[in-house]
Amino acid sequence: MSSENGKRLLETDAGGLNFEATELTLGLPGEPRVTSDGGAKLGSKRGFSETVDLKLGDNNQEVKLGHSLQEAAKSPVSKTQVVGWPPVRGFAKRGKKSCKYVKVAVDGAPYLRKVDLEIYNSYQQLLTSLEDMFSCFTIRNYLNEKKIDQVNGIEYMPTYEDKDGDWMLVGDVPWQMFVESCKRLRLMKSSEAVGLGLKTAPKYSSTN
Amino acid sequence: MNMNYFPDEVVEHVFDFITSHKDRNSVSLVCKSWYKIERYSRQRVFIGNCYSITPQRLIARFPGLKSLTLKGKPHFADFNLVPHDWGGFVYPWIKALAKSRIGLEELRLKRMVVSDDSLELLSKSFPNFKSLVLVSCEGFTTDGVAAIAANCRFLRELDLQENEVEDHRGHWLSCFPESCTSLVSLNFACLKGEINLASLERLVARSPNLKSLRLNRVVPLDTLQKLLMRAPQLVDLGIGSYVDDPSSEVFSKLKAVIQLCNSIRSLSGFLEVAPCCMSAIYPICENLTFLNLSYAPGLQGNDLTKLVQHCRKLQRLWILDCIGDKGLGVVASTCKELQELRVFPSDPFDAENAAVTEEGLVLISAGCPKLNSLLYFCHQMTNAALITVAKNCTNFIRFRLCILDPVKADPVTNQPLDEGFGAIVRSNKSLKRLSLSGLLTDQVFLYIGMYAKKLEMLSIAFAGDSNKGMLYVLNGCKKLRKLEIRDCPFGDVALLQDMGKYETMRSLWMSSCEVTLGACKTLAKKMPSLNVEIINESEKLESEQLELSFDDRLLVDKMYLYRTLVGDRKDAPEYVWLL
Repeated sequence: MSSENGKRLLETDAGGLNFEATELTLGLPGEPRVTSDGGAKLGSKRGFSETVDLKLGDNNQEVKLGHSLQEAAKSPVSKTQVVGWPPVRGFAKRGKKSCKYVKVAVDGAPYLRKVDLEIYNSYQQLLTSLEDMFSCFTIRNYLNEKKIDQVNGIEYMPTYEDKDGDWMLVGDVPWQMFVESCKRLRLMKSSEAVGLGLKTAPKYSSTN
Repeated sequence: MNMNYFPDEVVEHVFDFITSHKDRNSVSLVCKSWYKIERYSRQRVFIGNCYSITPQRLIARFPGLKSLTLKGKPHFADFNLVPHDWGGFVYPWIKALAKSRIGLEELRLKRMVVSDDSLELLSKSFPNFKSLVLVSCEGFTTDGVAAIAANCRFLRELDLQENEVEDHRGHWLSCFPESCTSLVSLNFACLKGEINLASLERLVARSPNLKSLRLNRVVPLDTLQKLLMRAPQLVDLGIGSYVDDPSSEVFSKLKAVIQLCNSIRSLSGFLEVAPCCMSAIYPICENLTFLNLSYAPGLQGNDLTKLVQHCRKLQRLWILDCIGDKGLGVVASTCKELQELRVFPSDPFDAENAAVTEEGLVLISAGCPKLNSLLYFCHQMTNAALITVAKNCTNFIRFRLCILDPVKADPVTNQPLDEGFGAIVRSNKSLKRLSLSGLLTDQVFLYIGMYAKKLEMLSIAFAGDSNKGMLYVLNGCKKLRKLEIRDCPFGDVALLQDMGKYETMRSLWMSSCEVTLGACKTLAKKMPSLNVEIINESEKLESEQLELSFDDRLLVDKMYLYRTLVGDRKDAPEYVWLL
């Protein structure tokens, strides 16, 4: 029976206690547990960096022995989440900006895209970004100005599906409210929008 | 004149004025006669650890029991360190109480596992049941809530705080019968699913005594407006969704009705919020004593600051760190009555946009002389700041500091934060609860043992250098009741030095420390009045390691020990070893 896993030599700690030469742990195979060397010097304390490694999951077998904590703090690894840290219950629910990814469908396009509405602050930004994304199309913008694409000659009306399942024209409600209620976007071919005959432009322009 | 010459009824009448649990416990120890009088007259019992006693013994001692408070899982369960099915089941308690002749009227549970069956049994077994408060519990669905609504004819309080509830989107709210008009407090903010808005309006309309109402996220602003029309007498309001177009008619109506709600002293929720709507709230800010915006997504520092400027009478503020140091400065100059401040992290993993630092805390300490309770999540802290805070504030009862990088040194001096925390404990002689973070050596524990004489609860993570640290605390803090430690280099020597100490405490938690299985076994053997539990969740134990696993030299991953009068519990799952 091999008990190689988990054995390692230990140093004495500041209290003068000698650990036994072999000390076994309940940890996962191949993951030696490291105790502190008892020194008072900064960075020698076992704890955060090793814990981060141990908790990274089964595949991470690395142990940063003797790795100073300051170094660890600068490495990308330290940004990984330690189990139960920070000690705040339900932090995922508190004020966290929900990543609001919604599907964007364009009539005639073979596949859909996704955009994160949270990264925009206004309709202008969103529509500009959509135009970039679907660069061969032109979107009829919220001020009802026609922008005819030279190549294609087709224009699109930005619409969205809201929480109630209704399809709405983009631009009528304040930006924040739109973000909260939008479930998906559809750039509808203007020819299909015949009959919608917008007499007034949507209320919210690039100032909001 | 000797009290023993008084008839029992007179002594009992005197005891009626003694309401605190601790005092009642003391009174019962004076003599047999007082023990007897006290136990028959006791109506409210608090049990801090549900495994310290059995329901049968509780019922036998206090036949007049009306109100029971029970706590289950250890505190670190809040941070996912305890498996869900570890224990803390309320069903055996309800079953035993139901069988007895106890006329239970109030049940308050924290960190317990509550099944729908328990709720149903509860709802059907106690005709005078009035009040159910569940905090951080789990295991039930809205079906269980429906049973309570349907069957408790005189229900006054249904308060669900931060529970994990499976929402079946049923009509639990519609289960309150038309005859139910006794509600005083209704809090369902933690439920995620849809509710019948019309039922809610009718319920509120027929509840003239309703003082506290906390809505969940799906209740829209126009319903809020209608509810406030029906219940302008509310004292405590939790807003669900607070999103509308400020120029809409509904919003105008809301503004008007808010002017009528001049009893509101406590405001929370805003589970969904449009910043442009916040101005409608300003009229009630003048009288608020408690404001909780810690769940409100998307409010920027400016929005928060503008709101707080209206809250001159605030005593308790729970807010997100996006208020920023400057915003805390505004709090400090506005809220002179402030006693409790909690600043939560809005994005715990984003160190670049450090929202609050030591500066905010210093401003608060300088501006709010009545501050006695603090929970502060920040990106950095300095010894100088803590020393200043300690000079400014000497009334702390609770001081919980969480630096998001748990081993971060003082960024100015690169020193550990020992001196800063030392100053805090030295000047705050009434301190009962302390949570540490940042880079800390054994020195901070020396200070705690020396000065924190009233300390009852201590939480430690990633701190200390050796067993000495833990020993300073165990030897010095005479009033210590709960000690929870994770990822510290404390081992067997500290654990076993004074085993009797644990009989004076409620519980000890140690995880990812350096305690061996052998030491735990020794402790369990020498102290029969303690339950020593090892939680071992490793699924990778192969047969080789299982043999290894009985080796006393193994380091234990999680140990939880607590004093008890009733020995090992019978409901522990496989991976919990009861030594």
